[in-house]
Amino acid sequence: MSTVKIEETPVQDRPILEIKDLAITFTTGAGEFKAVKNAHLSIMPGETVAIVGESGSGKSTTALAAIGLLPGNGRVTGGQILLDGEDIAHASEKRMIELRGSHIGMVPQDPMSNLNPVWKIGYQVRETLKANGRPDGPDDVARVLAEAGLPDARRRARQYPHEFSGGMRQRALIAIGLSCAPKLLIADEPTSALDVTVQRRILDHLDKMTTELGTSVLLITHDLGLAAERADKVVVMYQGNVVEAGPSLDLLRDPQHPYTRRLVESAPSLASRRIQSAKEQGIEAGDLLAPAATGRGRDDVLQVRNLRKVYKLRQGLGQSTDFAAVDDVSFSVKRGTTTAIVGESGSGKSTVAKMVLQLESPTEGQIIFDGVDTAGLKGKELFTFRRRVQPIFQDPYGSLDPMYNIYRTIEEPLRIHKIGDAASREKKVRELLDQVALPQGTMQRYPNELSGGQRQRVAIARALALDPEVIICDEAVSALDVLVQAQVLNLLTELQSELGLTYLFITHDLAVVRQIADHVCVMEKGKLVETGTTDDVFDAPQQDYTRALLNAIPGASLLLPPAVA
Amino acid sequence: MSNTKHFVAPVEDTPLRATDSLRTDQAPLSLWADAWRKLRRRPMFIISSLMILFLLFVAFFPGVFTGVDPNNNCQLSNSEAGPTAGHPFGFTLQGCDVYARVIHGTQASLSVGVLSVLCVLVIGVTLGALAGYYGGWLDAVLARLGDIFFALPLVLGALVITQLPLFRENKSVWTVVFVISMLAWPQMARITRGAVIEVRNADFVTAARSLGVSRFGALVRHVLPNALAPVIVLATLELGVFIVAEATLSFLGIGLPTSVMSWGNDISAANASIRTNPSILLYPAGALSITVLSFIMLGDAVRDALDPKSRQR
Repeated sequence: MSTVKIEETPVQDRPILEIKDLAITFTTGAGEFKAVKNAHLSIMPGETVAIVGESGSGKSTTALAAIGLLPGNGRVTGGQILLDGEDIAHASEKRMIELRGSHIGMVPQDPMSNLNPVWKIGYQVRETLKANGRPDGPDDVARVLAEAGLPDARRRARQYPHEFSGGMRQRALIAIGLSCAPKLLIADEPTSALDVTVQRRILDHLDKMTTELGTSVLLITHDLGLAAERADKVVVMYQGNVVEAGPSLDLLRDPQHPYTRRLVESAPSLASRRIQSAKEQGIEAGDLLAPAATGRGRDDVLQVRNLRKVYKLRQGLGQSTDFAAVDDVSFSVKRGTTTAIVGESGSGKSTVAKMVLQLESPTEGQIIFDGVDTAGLKGKELFTFRRRVQPIFQDPYGSLDPMYNIYRTIEEPLRIHKIGDAASREKKVRELLDQVALPQGTMQRYPNELSGGQRQRVAIARALALDPEVIICDEAVSALDVLVQAQVLNLLTELQSELGLTYLFITHDLAVVRQIADHVCVMEKGKLVETGTTDDVFDAPQQDYTRALLNAIPGASLLLPPAVA
Repeated sequence: MSNTKHFVAPVEDTPLRATDSLRTDQAPLSLWADAWRKLRRRPMFIISSLMILFLLFVAFFPGVFTGVDPNNNCQLSNSEAGPTAGHPFGFTLQGCDVYARVIHGTQASLSVGVLSVLCVLVIGVTLGALAGYYGGWLDAVLARLGDIFFALPLVLGALVITQLPLFRENKSVWTVVFVISMLAWPQMARITRGAVIEVRNADFVTAARSLGVSRFGALVRHVLPNALAPVIVLATLELGVFIVAEATLSFLGIGLPTSVMSWGNDISAANASIRTNPSILLYPAGALSITVLSFIMLGDAVRDALDPKSRQR
């Protein structure tokens, strides 16, 4: 682990990067906007420092300023950026070009869009070497790629980005970022687009490489657990200000600023038990064990038996191979409980959700909802089924029709199912907005005026409009900031205890599972590898794959005082 | 050094907001309201829409602008005469008042433009939306059908269609509208199809479907309204293009009958006197250019206002 790296490298007096009172202003159509107000941080040689904050907190802007790549409408309006003692806040473009690559490297956020799709990987690595006057023969390119952990680097260098998986692309980007052995590497959310197990491998390798090279790392992340695990120091940013900075474990165990405290409390990777609704917290533990009293776990509302979904993959002229996206999956969901399906991308978890929602038809197997096989549902029966099973989708920006205002959005299901008249529908919409804790003034607004969390609450209100029994949450909180995510998870839990809802929660994030689920199904490559209660799976995982997933939760191994955990 | 120091910002510097609070200080903004707010501040939009309103007024009430009957007042003695009092633009080869002809020609040109765009919208949007939304064989058939029409050059296609017996006998504004719509709908269909394909897989469509909205209902209620922005932009741009197309066809003698006054016909007639008195050509051509420019400017402004990239999230 990298938390002890300070002792490994000789500590010099002068920080490699020091940011003092940095202010950055963006000029937009609506006027001037101060994105960063009073940022300061320092990174010693060989040290890893993480900036943590929610989206819009100014963490990426601060890092981009350090490498002189602010967008055209942004400029440094105050303070200093000292790179090895030299103020580069207002350095000329020529000087910045000299510094980039050789002194400061960068690993960008999204490995899918940051490699040029028309050039071979090797060419893109060579470009960096060449720009910085380093030897750029095929051997050098292969060496750089091999150091970043790409097997068979010589052959890989001749491939195009689309032939690489996400993890391999990120390795290629790391190779490019570190190819000229910079003194400082800026890693902007380097793994947030990757599966947890891949994320762990990549970060381990990044650690190893930077330790060998003695490179300092400025890690930007939204995940406090990840920051604390990987960095020596953590800097917390909020609304353009640094609100707290300090050694990572200190900061995590004893957060001082109210915002940091809030962040530590909501970080899912640090939580270790299920969120309980206010009602349940009031009930004695003994009562919870009697499910009949609350209606929980009375019967299996949803049963999935030997579900299989085969897609035909086209391979040239008239040929196709079968690909089983979902292979022999069986599980059941008890009424009033939350069952989570966990897996990495490509595990088939979303396909299961689509089949349960009757948006895809299974190739084989049965989905039994409330005792009725859903395969035969047509017309009117399907219409009624839709009323009882509702989805909440991942992307709160995509799941609401931008042309509909919030009132129309929530009212639509009522209108379609011809429930009540205009007046009673409006009353119902008001009630629903209350339920998801949105002010009634929201009704006249359009989705583009709402933040991600608010949109997700609107989506929840829409899903609740028809009083469904089962709600399928497909990565419903993955796109949200940590605090908002905690808020939405709490809301879902409250609603569950109030309305006796059953959730089928599809997610890649085991940390979230721990917070919300009663039962867990772990999927890998279309197959169900492990099922059990959340506590069983987390405390005593039976399969290697489950163990790997659990170990990959960033910050899971950090020791926290019981008050926080 | 600050290496081991634990820094905490004073709380009053950065007061905590409630997580995820809602802005309530602004009026609600739909896509169209937002676009309108942007548009009304753009000089290009203001100028072009004023121009278009003026042109519409001219088209509906030509009598307000000229008391001269453009057809029955032609005297050969005035042939190619310069401007005189009451006849500011002078006279054509046939001795007709140029100013009166330009004013009265507005109606034909504008009605061809507007009617053609409406027809193209109906045909193109319907076929494009169906092809894009349902895909499969329907898409293949409609795409090939569109390609057939797309491959026909406008003038050649118009020549063929107008020489069909049915059209040869009854030339009117409607035949020109028919010719233009027949040859121009594939582009509209393609744009609509592309926009529909982009929207049809959006989560909100899936959400609507799982609420119980029928497949066709989702197309009409959710997909089409969201796919309409590029269609509207193309429509405003094509309006200008169609007015030019009418002039082109009339110039070649396969457009409006000479009995209908239009800028295209006038430009065609002025061809004969281009060496002796080019101003006869200048006035109808100028009116045409200004009209087309207005519509294209309007189209540009609308496109900028509806650009999803400039929308706030």
